[in-house]
Amino acid sequence: MIEVRDLTRRFGDTLAVDAVSFDVDRGEVLVLVGASGCGKTTTLKMLNRLVEPSAGCVRIDGCDTRELDAAVLRRRIGYGFQQVGLFPHWDVAENVAITPKLLGWSRARIDARVDALLEMVRLPPAEFRSRDPATLSGGQRQRVGLARALAAEPALLLLDEPFGALDPITRDHLQRELLDVRDRLDLCVVFSTHDMSEALLVGDRIAVLDAGRLVRVAPPRDLLADPGDARVERLLETPRRQMERIEALSR
Amino acid sequence: MSAWHEGWAEQLALLPDYGRAHLRLSLLALACGAGVAIPLGVAVSRRARLEPWVLSLAGVVQTIPSLALLALMVPLLSALGLQGIGFLPAWVALTLYSILPMLSNTVTGLAGVDPAVVEAARGVGMTGRQSLLRVELPLALPVVVAGVRTAAVWVVGTATLATPVGATSLGNFIFAGLQTRNTRAVIVGSVAAAALALVLDALVRRIESGLRLRRARRWGSAVAALGLLAAVAFVGAGGPERGGAGAAAPDAPVVIGAKAFTEQYVLAALLAETIEEQTGAPTRRVDSLGSTVAFDALRSGAIDVYVDYSGTIWATILGGRGRPPSRAELLEQVRQGLSERHGIAVAAALGFENTYALAMTGGRAQALGIRTISDLVRHSRTLSMGADYEFFSRAEWKALQPRYGLAFREQRSMDPALMYPALVEGAVDVISAFSTDGRIAAYGLRLLEDDAGVIPPYDAIVLVGARLQRERPDVVRALAALDGRIDEAQMQRMNAAVDEQGRAPAAVAHDFLAGAASTAPAVAGPGGT
Repeated sequence: MIEVRDLTRRFGDTLAVDAVSFDVDRGEVLVLVGASGCGKTTTLKMLNRLVEPSAGCVRIDGCDTRELDAAVLRRRIGYGFQQVGLFPHWDVAENVAITPKLLGWSRARIDARVDALLEMVRLPPAEFRSRDPATLSGGQRQRVGLARALAAEPALLLLDEPFGALDPITRDHLQRELLDVRDRLDLCVVFSTHDMSEALLVGDRIAVLDAGRLVRVAPPRDLLADPGDARVERLLETPRRQMERIEALSR
Repeated sequence: MSAWHEGWAEQLALLPDYGRAHLRLSLLALACGAGVAIPLGVAVSRRARLEPWVLSLAGVVQTIPSLALLALMVPLLSALGLQGIGFLPAWVALTLYSILPMLSNTVTGLAGVDPAVVEAARGVGMTGRQSLLRVELPLALPVVVAGVRTAAVWVVGTATLATPVGATSLGNFIFAGLQTRNTRAVIVGSVAAAALALVLDALVRRIESGLRLRRARRWGSAVAALGLLAAVAFVGAGGPERGGAGAAAPDAPVVIGAKAFTEQYVLAALLAETIEEQTGAPTRRVDSLGSTVAFDALRSGAIDVYVDYSGTIWATILGGRGRPPSRAELLEQVRQGLSERHGIAVAAALGFENTYALAMTGGRAQALGIRTISDLVRHSRTLSMGADYEFFSRAEWKALQPRYGLAFREQRSMDPALMYPALVEGAVDVISAFSTDGRIAAYGLRLLEDDAGVIPPYDAIVLVGARLQRERPDVVRALAALDGRIDEAQMQRMNAAVDEQGRAPAAVAHDFLAGAASTAPAVAGPGGT
């Protein structure tokens, strides 16, 4: 579905992303994981050209993204922002409906789609459709942001730390919901997080980034069995320790 | 019918004309200013490098005092071959003046939109244009509109200063009212301008809040009200007013100019009545022109006729220097010089002189033993001098000052209407006065003799532009018949009738032509010359 080759981005003298390559298939979730500043967000933004690559290329279904109009490209790709960025002058339903509207969907189709998405992210439409973004909690905003990203039924979904502000229960629900949607729609998902536990739970494969370089790409099981690199090992320490403690407590 | 009521009715009758002209000028300047400023603000906000340049340029325009900006348009537009007097310079200056608040607020408003939201707009697939129109501008709207409101209030206020460059506005009330000490006119003009500013401000604010809260009725009604105002201003107006330059038809009105003081209003009314009575030609008045603006207006054809003074023309237009020639000789030089160099004819010398003179209160002059300017020199270092705005930069002062060696403790420029009270109250000791001013007699002032003969003679002369000479010889003949008709005492009485009794200049002029002025009782008090 998506092929990334030697993707590179310079900001002045600093190399934010350094020759990153990976593929993601339909129905697969790839998690980009790494500490803050490792280049996760820049990598994601280059996939839909919110940031133009300095070098390298991205192909979606075999088509080089540089050959498409950027706006047209982005309408086909769902994007969930770390800071959400809801449009403050529009209500929840209008925020969710924007990409379908840009694509010229019918009013009825948009309305039905908005209701279905709000149900999915557990914001009952009757209550939330016409709410102002300013009146929502941080978690509710992230859920609207996720609904907005999914609105135009994209085949490719890019999520930049989408569940950061959520309470654990909602977070768990949405993680499972995301996997469910992925299965139903055969979505290709690229998901970034700094939380290795989340990466292990959500990812079909995990791509570990460090200082703009791709250190390792592997399924969670392989990664746990053989980190293969000190930096990966360090990232795995926290979830391991937490798991051991929980196990010890439940004995 | 009380005089009190009549005085107000007289002013209020002018309100529709002046108000509509003011509204036309303000609305057109604001609309064009917004049409330039908002797109420019958008363009600038997309190119960060341009921003400081454009904002400082607009800021520089803003720091030019508004009156100066208006006055600068006159020679500037004339140099470009455009009409330098009337609607055009006022409109251009006000448009420039309105740009800064709208431009800087557009830039500030767009810069204040949360970058995360702008990125989200791109992320959901909006083009740059869609992001601008659907997200950035709507979010910047309150700030942009605040700029429009500031501009609206500025423009409506500043448009009152359009009068001296020949554009009719509510300033006509204020300028004429200040000069003729007609408080009612000043009040009507000021209140109307303030009310107009408030109404525009409220309407723009209502449009903004209606758009922001998405209440179609709210902003719709405000837009409708604004449309109604525009309709009132423009419908039936025959487009923006034009000066005489565009009016080439032989039956076009004769445009009569007047500078901004009482005598000029009276004489302009007198010329108008004479022309209409004698030739049937319609006339139009352009009042309260700046002193040199009036001459430029005549030369460019924006006005057809006005009254100036021989010494002024000699010194400021023909470049006369040194000791002036005799009264008759100077008049002849002016007649020739204007005709040869500017194609302007002197149709008549009205018969009186209105000379620049230095004046003191009778009591103070007596106490100090001052009769001539030479006497004044001995005391000048302890005295304070007040003069109208132009006096200290006029050729007369530049001749007087070194010739006598005048050096005052203090020199103050002020409005001519306020000079006399300032002198009587002792705020200043000496003023520049006009010899025909009715207030000289009314306040019992002494005019100091120019014993060195530095100040030239100032015959009041009727100047006629090229178009009128060519197309309406009958009008020129009618004006020529005024030659020698008014003496100094008569002019002083007419001025006093306006300044002291609060009568309308047109009524005073009418009485004079009807022969009433010569038999009317002198109101000037003791010592009328």
